[in-house]
Amino acid sequence: MLRPMPRMPSRLNRTEMSVRDKIWQINWSLIAVLSAIACVGFATLYSAAQGSLDPWAMKQMVRFAIGISIMIGIALVDLRFWMRNAYIMYVIAFILLVAVELRGTIGMGAQRWIDLGFIQLQPSEIMKIALILALARYFHGAGFQEIGRPLFLIPPLIMVFAPAILVLKQPDLGTAMMLVLSSGALFFMAGVRVWKFVLVIAGGLAAIPLAWQFLREYQKKRVLIFLDPENDPLGAGYHITQSKIALGSGGMFGKGYMMGTQSRLNFLPEKQTDFIFTMFAEEWGMMGGLVLLGLYALLLAFGYAIAMRCRSQFGRLVAHGITTTFFLYFFINTAMVMGLVPVVGVPLPLISYGGTAMLSLLAGWGLVMSAYIHRDVPISRRGMGEE
Amino acid sequence: MYHDNDRSKMFSRRALVLGGGKALLMGALAARMYYLQVMEANKYAMLAEDNRVSTRLLAPPRGLILDRNGIAMAVNQHNYRAMVVAERTPSLDYTLDALSRIITIGDGERARVHKEARRRRSFVPISVRENLTWEEVARVEVNAADLPGVIIDVGQSRHYPLESLGAHILGYVSAVSENELTDDPLEELPGFRIGKGGVERIYDMAMRGRHGTSSVEVNAVGRVIRELERKEGEPGVDLNLTLDVKLQEYAAQRLGDESAAVVVMDIHTGDVIVMASTPSFDPNAFNRGLTSEEWKDLSTNPRSPLSNKAIAGQFAPGSTFKLVTALAALESRDITPEMRVFCSGHTQMGSIKFHCWKKEGHGAQDMISGIKNSCDVYFYEVARRTGFEKIAEMARRFGMGGPTGVDLPNERPGNIPDKAWKKKALKQPWHPGETLINAIGQGYVTTTPIQLAVMTARIANGGFGVVPHVARDTIVDKSVKSRTNPQWPNLNVSRQSLALVRKGMFAVSNEPGGTAYKARITQEGMWLSGKTGSAQVRRITMRERETGVKKNDQLPWKERDHALFVAYAPEENPRYSIAVVVEHGGGGSAVAAPIARDIMIEVQKRDLARVAEAKDDATDLRRF
Repeated sequence: MLRPMPRMPSRLNRTEMSVRDKIWQINWSLIAVLSAIACVGFATLYSAAQGSLDPWAMKQMVRFAIGISIMIGIALVDLRFWMRNAYIMYVIAFILLVAVELRGTIGMGAQRWIDLGFIQLQPSEIMKIALILALARYFHGAGFQEIGRPLFLIPPLIMVFAPAILVLKQPDLGTAMMLVLSSGALFFMAGVRVWKFVLVIAGGLAAIPLAWQFLREYQKKRVLIFLDPENDPLGAGYHITQSKIALGSGGMFGKGYMMGTQSRLNFLPEKQTDFIFTMFAEEWGMMGGLVLLGLYALLLAFGYAIAMRCRSQFGRLVAHGITTTFFLYFFINTAMVMGLVPVVGVPLPLISYGGTAMLSLLAGWGLVMSAYIHRDVPISRRGMGEE
Repeated sequence: MYHDNDRSKMFSRRALVLGGGKALLMGALAARMYYLQVMEANKYAMLAEDNRVSTRLLAPPRGLILDRNGIAMAVNQHNYRAMVVAERTPSLDYTLDALSRIITIGDGERARVHKEARRRRSFVPISVRENLTWEEVARVEVNAADLPGVIIDVGQSRHYPLESLGAHILGYVSAVSENELTDDPLEELPGFRIGKGGVERIYDMAMRGRHGTSSVEVNAVGRVIRELERKEGEPGVDLNLTLDVKLQEYAAQRLGDESAAVVVMDIHTGDVIVMASTPSFDPNAFNRGLTSEEWKDLSTNPRSPLSNKAIAGQFAPGSTFKLVTALAALESRDITPEMRVFCSGHTQMGSIKFHCWKKEGHGAQDMISGIKNSCDVYFYEVARRTGFEKIAEMARRFGMGGPTGVDLPNERPGNIPDKAWKKKALKQPWHPGETLINAIGQGYVTTTPIQLAVMTARIANGGFGVVPHVARDTIVDKSVKSRTNPQWPNLNVSRQSLALVRKGMFAVSNEPGGTAYKARITQEGMWLSGKTGSAQVRRITMRERETGVKKNDQLPWKERDHALFVAYAPEENPRYSIAVVVEHGGGGSAVAAPIARDIMIEVQKRDLARVAEAKDDATDLRRF
């Protein structure tokens, strides 16, 4: 009797896996790379505090430990669970976004977080993950014909732009940009035709003058100063000018660990958060910068490899979406401190001091790892086992 | 299933495209890093160094001023001051506001800070308040975090421990004004003071010293983290004066409240040992900053405390000038020393009657008795025979009619008139009667006390053109060099004439009936020889002469005679000359001569004491 041969003759090709199986499947080399990057962060924060674990490095280590545990926890949860609950999570994230928006308008200024006591929860960070999950689920079951229909693309577009506009209103240009860009990549990976992107980008360019009006005064200033930072060396251009001085003066091999003058003497602003790459590259030079870039590239390679090995479209899209988000983080951050893009508040992933970004990024990598562990689990359109 | 397979293939294709895009962007990052950190590295390294290192000028300590015995007359004191660096403040006003909540800052100071901030480069610290107390310093330091751009700096301020004593010679220091700026970088320093009067001004460059530099590492708000390199400057040179503050003090005390001046000098070396001008002022007040009231008091006082009368007070020399008249007549041989003139109390020239100071007259007078009695009629006749041109020439030879060249600023020339001068200044011809009046030191003749001291010195030293000085050393190329033993020019006056005049001066002080006999020195070896003078400052009318000339104490201060006395001592081997002028003091013999006597006694006592000291030292050495 001929039985249909399983495509992947593996014991993973099962609808159900035991926890023991899953633990065996944890991708330890991925965790090693994440830890290596985080260690660069600890060392730099230690130096930023002039050779002290306080106030940054120690807290950051604790957060990383918590984050890694959460990541493994998420990885062990069945990928189908995440798919089934993708929309719910999206809705919750959206409600939280609206909540901070309301509280922000009622309360004082641009408060972007909800204080949970032990952590300040930024709904926009949750949204970055939830949006990827929701879009992945939406496109998971879609065939070529459906994706080809313009009307089919309306709901996901709303899913993208509704939170993006809310975030932009906070105002948080960096996050809004990341939401749109990572979703764009996801649309592309899902198979949306290239000409549609061309159309949207052209439309977007045409809308720039309109969007300009929506920008806050300080955002406009940032863009203008980005275009000509020397114009305002002591005002808003100060940050970027000092950052370039710090980077450039680091030279090929850097000034040596804990010996960066620009950061030590406080010429470098925000050296423990947004400008931490500058501080790292001042002390370690271009060589250090390239090594860090290499680590990030390695992480991207892992993400891509996992995405390509996934049997389910959902897993592929999630793995790729998270990888892209991660890429956007470090690209925007490093390009900003090097004066390639305007100053936007995007942290350097896993290195900048800050809890929410660290936790949400590690949670994201938990999903990628879940996709890896469940790479051969076939998923139905509704998120069940093979139909 | 193949449906999913297709999707998988497309996913991989597109992942390659996006992954390639990402790789390109990361390549861009690496390229940017290469550009910044390798190609532009030098430029940014320099900018980082500029950020980090700030070079500051170090003020050298100003040279001290010491008297001839090493007693400090001008010293430097620590001066804690609050400074602000404009470029390190969010705004100058913000920082000044914050600072004014901690220490008091006046509106005037605020305006001055703004003015200086405009003038100086923005990294140069500007002094906000000087002379902070310890408590104020502590309060500023404690609040340093809230005072961006504020630094506490220990500067040095000039202090004159003897206060008003010798103030006119010392001068004072004060901030550089714009028209005094030179290329000396020290002038950039906040609170830098330059000499504005006296020897502080004349020897300013040498006493300033040369600046040093300190390279310091500063952080973004300008706080100094550590010193990287320090190049010490050269401290200013200490200035040794020829003055003796003990004698100076005695002289000032002896002059008391009078508006007066005394100069005592060494007739051979030109060392000025005493130069007092009363009333005086406290130069420390200038450093502290005068209140407008103090300034008004000083500047409107009729006895002009700010003026150094010893070199800038121009007085009619009165009868002291007769010494010059006598020398001119003797040298020109227009008279003989034995020539006798009969004094009946007055003489007639044309239609004008010229009076002697002694109404009853002196009887027959020769050169010696003419000087001894200061007989006006005798000198009228001498002058008439000699002519004023020769007298004026002799006066100039003896140091009058122009600055003596003492190393002090603002010396006045006095005036020795002649025909050419009168024609030029008054556009009138010289009247023969004016020869008589000017020959006894009235009329147009004016001299300063130091000129009188120089004149007396030149008579006493045998006719050598000694030039006075107050600094023991002299300045060559911004540094102080010892004065070489001076070779004074010979004035070409015969020994006989000088000896005769000195004999007359001896008679004035030491022979009964001499105008200064009552003010003689009786101590053996200290005798002085002098000449009195009472310079009339008002016109005595015919009517007053008939009713009797008013006595000085009957007149208001401003109309009283100037009392003058010049002398040298000791008689046998002259060493010192003295000139005393008491403005509106009355008679020379009654007022000026006793002052001169007392001071000369002290001067010679100190001299003897020094000799004794030297002997003691010698015995000490032998003992060991």
